[in-house]
Amino acid sequence: MSFKQGITAKPRPRITPDHQPLWDGFKVHKLMLPYCEECGKPHLPPGPVCPYCLSDRLDWREASGCGTISTWVEVHKVWFPAFADDVPYNVIQVELAEGPRITANLIDFGGKIEVGQKVQATFDDVDEDLTMLRFKPA
Amino acid sequence: MAKAQAAVVGVGTTAYGRLPDYDAYDLGMWALTEALGDAGLKFEDIDGVIINRIPDYQRFCEIAGIDPQYVTITPGHGRFAAICIDTAISLVASGRCKTVALVYGNNGRSAGASYGGPEDSYGSGANGLWFPYGMTSPGAFHALMMRRHMGLYGTTPEQIAQVSMTFRNHAALNPQAVMREPFNLDTYLDARMICDPLRLLDYCLINDGGVAIIITAAERARDFPKPPVYLRGAALQTVFADSMFPPEDFWRGAMKKVTDRSFGDAGLSHADMSALMIYDNFTPTVLFSLEGCGYCGEGESGPFVAEGHLALGAKFPTNTSGGHLSESYMQGWALNVEAVRQLRGECGERQVSEAANVHYCAAAPVCSSIVYSRDAS
Repeated sequence: MSFKQGITAKPRPRITPDHQPLWDGFKVHKLMLPYCEECGKPHLPPGPVCPYCLSDRLDWREASGCGTISTWVEVHKVWFPAFADDVPYNVIQVELAEGPRITANLIDFGGKIEVGQKVQATFDDVDEDLTMLRFKPA
Repeated sequence: MAKAQAAVVGVGTTAYGRLPDYDAYDLGMWALTEALGDAGLKFEDIDGVIINRIPDYQRFCEIAGIDPQYVTITPGHGRFAAICIDTAISLVASGRCKTVALVYGNNGRSAGASYGGPEDSYGSGANGLWFPYGMTSPGAFHALMMRRHMGLYGTTPEQIAQVSMTFRNHAALNPQAVMREPFNLDTYLDARMICDPLRLLDYCLINDGGVAIIITAAERARDFPKPPVYLRGAALQTVFADSMFPPEDFWRGAMKKVTDRSFGDAGLSHADMSALMIYDNFTPTVLFSLEGCGYCGEGESGPFVAEGHLALGAKFPTNTSGGHLSESYMQGWALNVEAVRQLRGECGERQVSEAANVHYCAAAPVCSSIVYSRDAS
């Protein structure tokens, strides 16, 4: 699957202050997760406080990048014009080894995607301002 | 078991389909006029108004020429049908209002409404993370849930097809339904993929239409021309706090809570239900609801629907109007009207014989369950 830029640009991530460390991590090819310093749990999507205990003492730590495909779809409809050349393309949700689930695409796979498949994070430098997290088979 | 505190005494619906000459106000007025006629009431009898999807409550009341002593307006999300009905029950049960009109108007088809893309915020604030990957739309998130279900339990496209085919067979008996031509399994499987594993025939139908419901206190309900339909139980449960979306349990936990509460209030159980009205924005929602409400076991909804239990004449005739998949996507409202019409015996060829209780439910980030009955207790 290719991700070449169409005539209309693909949607960029909306990076709020809460999300900034995640995208900063992608740029240096690291998958960072916000851990709660009170209860110890990591969470996604990033938020201002830990969703489990509401503590605002969050510490971003590097995750293993290992995970399992919890579910996936193959998008056939062109919801975003810039994806017109990509359809059908996959979207996967990965349950990271650390627990939280994250949404991305699977690349470099042999044609088959399965729930339960082991995957590994990989990083795609889209342009100098944006690196996207993707996954490849582990 | 408590006696019902509220009842539906009037329902009204417009035609459904492409109605370009009508805006959402016109459709709401059309439906309300029908509902008031059904209840033998005049506009000035309404002292509470709950508006859904119509853009502006003030404009609507100006057009209707009414000055209710209670008014509110709710977002045009399908989960709000039950929320509005639940609010109306509280208003009449507390004596705050005597006669509450719930009015829904949707000109989505003529206005070109669509889901998915940059303006779609379905799910939660995480769309900033999803859009760059091309992930958007309620349907795509239901597709993610369906695939998970298939992976965990072995649910098959052939089983999912049964939901869509059954509702279409029901719609064939409903003159008001937009799509009335039955189709077979091959047609289902050959329908174009929208978001694999969901095909075109797994999606609801965006159309123009309006629905209105008149609710009053149970003790007044015998004073109207039509037999009252009692609201025996109603319950809501939000699923917001878990930051992971879609939910890992397919909304089962919340659906069990609302079913337990509403069945408890009604003093009724699954076997007492003559028909089910299950919010069917997409076919998977029906499967998840059947499990959450306890009509079948966890992970068993695929084989359950394949056994044919949802068909007219079977154990739990479901969405006898054709539902959102085949009648029209009226965001839960028309399913609630169908529950009332079944209990009044007004459903013609698709009438469930001796219908006594009907269960409406919706699995969504706000889960809901309503029990309608011919009897007050």
